[in-house]
Amino acid sequence: MASVKLKAKSIDGGLIEVKALMTHPMETGLRKDSSGAVVPAHYITEVVVTANDKEVMKTSWGGSVSKNPYLSFNYKGAVGDKLKLTWKDNKDGTDTAEAAVE
Amino acid sequence: FHLNPRLSFAADQPANPYELPAFGNVSLLHYTDCHAQLSPIYYREPNVNLGIAGMLAKPPHLVGEHFLKHYKLEAKSLDAYAFTYLDFAEAAKQYGKVGGFAHLKTLVDQIRAQRKGALLLDGGDTWQGSWTSLKTKAQDMVDAQLALGVNVMTAHWEMTYGADRVKEIIEKDFAGKIDFVAQNVMSTDFEEPVFAPYVIKEINGVPVAILGQAFPYTPVANPKHLIPEWSFGIRDDRMQAMVDEARSKGAKVVVVLSHNGMDVDLKMASKVTGIDAIMGGHTHDGVYQPVVVDNASGKTLVTNAGSNGKFLGVLDLDVKEGKVVDYRYKLLPVFSNLLTPDPEMLKLIEKVREPFKKELAEELAVCDEVLYRRGNFNGTFDQLICNALMERLDAPIAFSPGFRWGTSLLPGQPITFEHVADQTAITYGTVTRNELTGEAIKGILEDVADNLFNPDPYYQQGGDMVRVGGLKFSFDPTAKMGERVSDLELAGSPLDMTKKYPVAGWASVQESVPDNKQIWDVVADYLRDKKTISKVELNTPKLKNVEGNPGLAV
Amino acid sequence: VAAEDPAANPFTAKTLDEVLKLINATDSKPSTDIQLKAPEIAENGAVVPLTVSSTLAGITGISIVVSNNPTPLAATFTIPEGTSADVSTRIKMAKTSEVIALVQTKDGLFSAKQEVKVTIGGCGG
Ligand SMILES: [Mn+2]
Ligand SMILES: [Mn+2]
Repeated sequence: MASVKLKAKSIDGGLIEVKALMTHPMETGLRKDSSGAVVPAHYITEVVVTANDKEVMKTSWGGSVSKNPYLSFNYKGAVGDKLKLTWKDNKDGTDTAEAAVE
Repeated sequence: FHLNPRLSFAADQPANPYELPAFGNVSLLHYTDCHAQLSPIYYREPNVNLGIAGMLAKPPHLVGEHFLKHYKLEAKSLDAYAFTYLDFAEAAKQYGKVGGFAHLKTLVDQIRAQRKGALLLDGGDTWQGSWTSLKTKAQDMVDAQLALGVNVMTAHWEMTYGADRVKEIIEKDFAGKIDFVAQNVMSTDFEEPVFAPYVIKEINGVPVAILGQAFPYTPVANPKHLIPEWSFGIRDDRMQAMVDEARSKGAKVVVVLSHNGMDVDLKMASKVTGIDAIMGGHTHDGVYQPVVVDNASGKTLVTNAGSNGKFLGVLDLDVKEGKVVDYRYKLLPVFSNLLTPDPEMLKLIEKVREPFKKELAEELAVCDEVLYRRGNFNGTFDQLICNALMERLDAPIAFSPGFRWGTSLLPGQPITFEHVADQTAITYGTVTRNELTGEAIKGILEDVADNLFNPDPYYQQGGDMVRVGGLKFSFDPTAKMGERVSDLELAGSPLDMTKKYPVAGWASVQESVPDNKQIWDVVADYLRDKKTISKVELNTPKLKNVEGNPGLAV
Repeated sequence: VAAEDPAANPFTAKTLDEVLKLINATDSKPSTDIQLKAPEIAENGAVVPLTVSSTLAGITGISIVVSNNPTPLAATFTIPEGTSADVSTRIKMAKTSEVIALVQTKDGLFSAKQEVKVTIGGCGG
């Protein structure tokens, strides 16, 4: 189903810049479709990113985050770090992506 | 840097306006917003260009007599004709047309001959605004830019040909010849830079950085579906980072080639440090002399070089020991009668016009009044467009966008199809007819008004107010968002907020627009039908709280 | 956050006051050491890019709240040791609104605001 694009590269100051794009409808539960029926809420509630199994980012989201969400942050790390991103949504959906820091 | 107190050249203006003594060791020539006008045209400057809040009574918000007084220019002079609307019809008859790329080429070459290594900067809005540019997807203008010797360019309306065409021109036609720069365009996926942010060129041994700033609100003011993968914005934090980077790479002069609009440039100059000059466009302001802006680390010159090929800005900098120590600036009007057109450029222009010559020359109608567009609320040509929309689409109300491009016509001058195209030639010219409630109509007017009169320039888009046909209203530019428009009235009755009214328009920025005619056909049909127009009733709002505003002359 | 109990879930709370109560943020001090990077005018109300960064000491979390959204709380970020207080995401905005960045530090809660205008567009110079 869903897919995650995960990129991480070394930038100045010993920092690693992480950028991620997730595929998800991020339905608020407030939108009505063309027939007037409410589209049920369906959004990512939590994203966790680890580097070499250590948590470097945890974020909780509501339906206000855009469709196909974007997340970017920096952490102190090194080239070669093994990154893992996992998201969970309000319908018990989940997906994971891995990438090595370039 | 240190400034020469002699800011104005008016006092010692030579008899020949093109005798401009060279100065300093770094020269930059700048034109902007020519809107694809390859041939000489008439262009009337506005009599309404209101400045409010911090912009009140300051350049560029001075019109007519107020402009002359501020810059100590003589009434009825060549400068008065070039920079103000005053005595437009008579002055135009006396002094002739302005602009034209063959005339501009002669002037550029002449100025360059006295200024070794001078760079020619194109501020954008170059590829759009004429029938030939629309029909050739800007190839006519690209060829003209190359022939003119443009060195660096940034953009706005260029984007309305779509991302693929923009990339094609940059990668093929411009490769190795013209640097396309825009620090504020990033990809919508991973926010990576799309274009080169700047280029560093050596002029007489001085490394000069030219940074590009594309129009920040391109995806708001124009259809974003044409450039779905590019995000714009002001991004003054990145501007600061790029200025610092260029300086760290050895640039001794930093100039921003901007399409922000003048008020945005003035604010940016006060916030971002390390810029020697911002050479700006978009708001089509012909600003006689640079505005000198103080910021935390020095001073920045801000210029704006008008539109429609009417002006060439010449900035001469004296750079000593790695610093700008003095400058001269002149915004040279391009008077077509005073310049011999360059024969090669003339040939190129004739060649691109050849396939369209017959349709362009068709005389549709004659009008007894000056036809123009520019001004905050309405222009006579826009009124004709609104009248055409209301009549041909059978709607009591018409909206026409507040574009600032579009040439002018003198009384009795035949209105040709080319003139209609000069006001309407865009890649999304389909006309629309929507049923809108009174509330929605007021909402649209308030929304556009805030884009023009928000007290913070960063919230402005730099266009004029939407032109309104049929509907009367009062307008207070100093009021808050949602409170500027009042007394809405249609055919003598107050507009009903809940009732739906048919509204005709064009230039929708939506991706899917119902199939309909193109605006130039609607206007041309209307004019063919009318043949003679004796008077144009200009529908403008009743203005409130503008007493004494020098951005207004009536 | 107990997502199962709707009354206690700040992400489904419908007013700014409710959200601020639920995330213990009724009392924040404005700080110029927080940079909220947001477009003054949104290119697309469905996708508004935001970056919050701060040079304040001892930051443990960041929240983003959109006053006029039907559910004002958009995101909260936990900032572990070693991760910069510099996060970006993209949010939906139903209409023009103030966007508030809340930064939790060991010394208290700080905030910065910016108006983001959502407009119908069109027109131009
Ligand atoms: Mn323009
Ligand atoms: Mn423009």
